[in-house]
Amino acid sequence: MRQNRAVELGTGLFVLLGIGALLFLTTQTTGRNDFSAAETYVVEARFENVGSLKKRSPVAMSGVTIGRVTDIQFDSDALEAVVTLIIDSRYDQIPDDSDASILTAGLLGSQYIGLQAGGSETYLEEGSEIYLTQSAVILENLIGKFLVQGSSDD
Amino acid sequence: MNLLRELWRSVAEFLRTFGAMALFFVDLLRYSPSTLFKRFNLVVYQVFNAGALSIVIIMVCGLFVGGVLGLQAFANLERFNAEEATGILAGFALVKEIGPVITALLFAGRAGTALASEIGLMKATDQLSAMEMMAVNPMHRVLVPRFLGGIISMPLLTAVFTMVGLLGAHLVAVEMQGVDVGAYWQQLQQTMDLDDVYEGITKSIVFGVVASLLAVWEGYNAVPTAEGVGRATTRTVVGTAIAVLILDFMITAYLL
Amino acid sequence: MGPSGSGKTTLLRLITRQLDPDRGRVLVDGVDIATLNQSELYQLRRRFGMLFQNGALLTDMNVFENVAFPLREHTGLGDRLIRLVVLSKLHSVGLRGAADLMPSELSGGMARRVALARAIVMDPDILIYDEPFVGLDPISMGVVVRLVRRMNDTLGISSIVVSHDIKEIAAVADRSHLISDGRVVASGSPEDLNKDSSEMVRQFMHGIADGPVAFHYDAPDYEEQLLGRDNE
Repeated sequence: MRQNRAVELGTGLFVLLGIGALLFLTTQTTGRNDFSAAETYVVEARFENVGSLKKRSPVAMSGVTIGRVTDIQFDSDALEAVVTLIIDSRYDQIPDDSDASILTAGLLGSQYIGLQAGGSETYLEEGSEIYLTQSAVILENLIGKFLVQGSSDD
Repeated sequence: MNLLRELWRSVAEFLRTFGAMALFFVDLLRYSPSTLFKRFNLVVYQVFNAGALSIVIIMVCGLFVGGVLGLQAFANLERFNAEEATGILAGFALVKEIGPVITALLFAGRAGTALASEIGLMKATDQLSAMEMMAVNPMHRVLVPRFLGGIISMPLLTAVFTMVGLLGAHLVAVEMQGVDVGAYWQQLQQTMDLDDVYEGITKSIVFGVVASLLAVWEGYNAVPTAEGVGRATTRTVVGTAIAVLILDFMITAYLL
Repeated sequence: MGPSGSGKTTLLRLITRQLDPDRGRVLVDGVDIATLNQSELYQLRRRFGMLFQNGALLTDMNVFENVAFPLREHTGLGDRLIRLVVLSKLHSVGLRGAADLMPSELSGGMARRVALARAIVMDPDILIYDEPFVGLDPISMGVVVRLVRRMNDTLGISSIVVSHDIKEIAAVADRSHLISDGRVVASGSPEDLNKDSSEMVRQFMHGIADGPVAFHYDAPDYEEQLLGRDNE
C-alpha cells in the first residue's frame, strides 16, 4: 500500500549507500593485497624465534610485499617455530637459497618476513622450504649482549 | 524482611518482563517470513522510516566523531613519536567499538523513539484493536515490518557511520595535522584484519535486533494514553542504551 | 446501555473475543466462541463490523484507502471493483466527496462516518457500535442516528449499540438492555424501560442525580471530618 515512489527511491539509495560503505570497510581498511589461495604457492620456513610475527604478517622482498604468513606452529620435536607462507605465483623465480629474516617495520614494530635473494639456479615452488633463516631480534637479548660486552671491556 | 520481599518482587517482575519479551521476539520471528513475502512493500517503507531518514544524523555525527578521534589519536600519539599510528588507532576504535555502539545509541534516539511512539499511538487510538477486529493481524501489518526495518537498517547505518568516521579522522590527521597519507592508510590496512571488520558488523546486527525489539515492544505494550506513549519512548531509549552497552562488553570479551 | 463503568465496553470485548470470560460462555449463532482457534476466530470477526468510539481510522492512509482496507486484506478484488464498492459505501454515509482526505483532516463526526463505511464494506452480518453518539454536535448526532437505523433496516443485519444516550437509543433501538455493575438490570423495548418502575432503571432513564447510584462518593462522616475528629 505504500507505493510512494519517493519512498522507494530513498530506500534504494540508502541501501546502496549502506552496502557501499560495507564494501569500503571490507576492502579499503584491510590488507589490500589479500592473496587468495588460487594464485599463490605455499612455502615453509623454520625459525628459532619468531618474535611478534603474526598470521597475515606480510612477506616482502626488496621492500615489496609478495606474500603473507598463513600459519605459525611450534614443532615440539625439533623445538623450533614452523612458519607457513604463501607467495604470489607471479614471483616464481625466487632462488631456493634465499634467506628469510624477521624484520621490524616502522617504529611501532609490526614484524614481517624479509626475503634476501640467494644465488641458486633452482627456485622456490609449492612445498619448498627456506633453509636459511634469521630469527627475530629480541631486545632483551640485545641488551644482555651489550651489557656483557661492555663489562668484558674492563 | 519487607525490603527483601520488595527486592524479590522487583526481580520477579524483571524476569517476567524479560520472559514476555523473549516470547514476543519469537513471535516476531515467526511472522517474519510471511511478512517479507506478502508485505514486502511495508518492510521497504520501514527501512526508509528507520534507516534512510536517519542517515543525515548518522553522517554528521560520524564525521565529527571520526574527527575527534583523529584529533585525540594524533595528539596523544605525538607524545610517543608515533603519529603515523593515528590511522590505526582511529580506525580500530571506529570499526570495532565506536561505530557500532554510537550508531546504536543514535538509532535508539531517532528511529527507536519514532517506532515506539508510532505503535503506541496506534494502540492509544484503537487502531490496533480495529485491525484485530477486521481480522488483520497487527503483527503482519505494523509490528514485524518495523522490526525488520530496524534490523536491516542498523548494519547499513553503522557501516556508513564508520566509513564517514574514517574519512573524518583522515581529514583531521592528514589535512590538519600533516600525517602522511600513505602512512595513514597503509598502516591501517596492514594492521586491520577482515575479522575486525566482521566483529564490528556482528555487533551492529546484534544491536539492531535489540534496539528494534525494544522499540516495537515498548510501543506495543504502552499504556494507551498520551502520557503512556511518552513514557514508552523514554524507556525505549534508556533500555536500548543499557542493553547495547552491556552486550558490547559481552561480545567484545567473547571475541577477544 | 448503562452508566459509566458498568461494563458495557467489556461486554463488547467479550463478544468480539478481545477478552476471554472468567465464567460463562459467549455464543454467536449458537457457537461458543471460546472454542475457536486463531483462524476460525478471524473468520468469525469478518462477519462483524465494528465502529470504535473515535473512529480508529488508520492514520497513515486517506479515507478511500481506509475504507478499502478490509477489501484489500481479505478479498482478491481488483482495483476497479474495489473502487466501485468503496465509493458506494462512502456514498451511503454521505462522504463520497471526502475520499481523498486524510483522517487528520476530518472532523469527529466525519471520521465516525468513514469508520462506519469501513465497517460495512465487507457486508457484515453483525454491526457493533461502541458509543457512537459521544461528543457529537446535534446535527452530526442526527446524521449518525439516521445512518444506524438505515444500515440496520436496509442491510438486514443485527446491530448492537453500546451507549448511554437515552434519547438516541430510543430513536434507534428495537430492544434495549440496561446494564449496571456488570449485570443486566432490565430488558425490553425503549418504551418499556421508560415505564419501568424499579429504582435503578428510573434513575438512569430519567437522569435523577441521586438514587441507587449514589451522589456522594464513599466518604467518612461529614461532621466528624470537618471537626477533625476522624484524624485522632
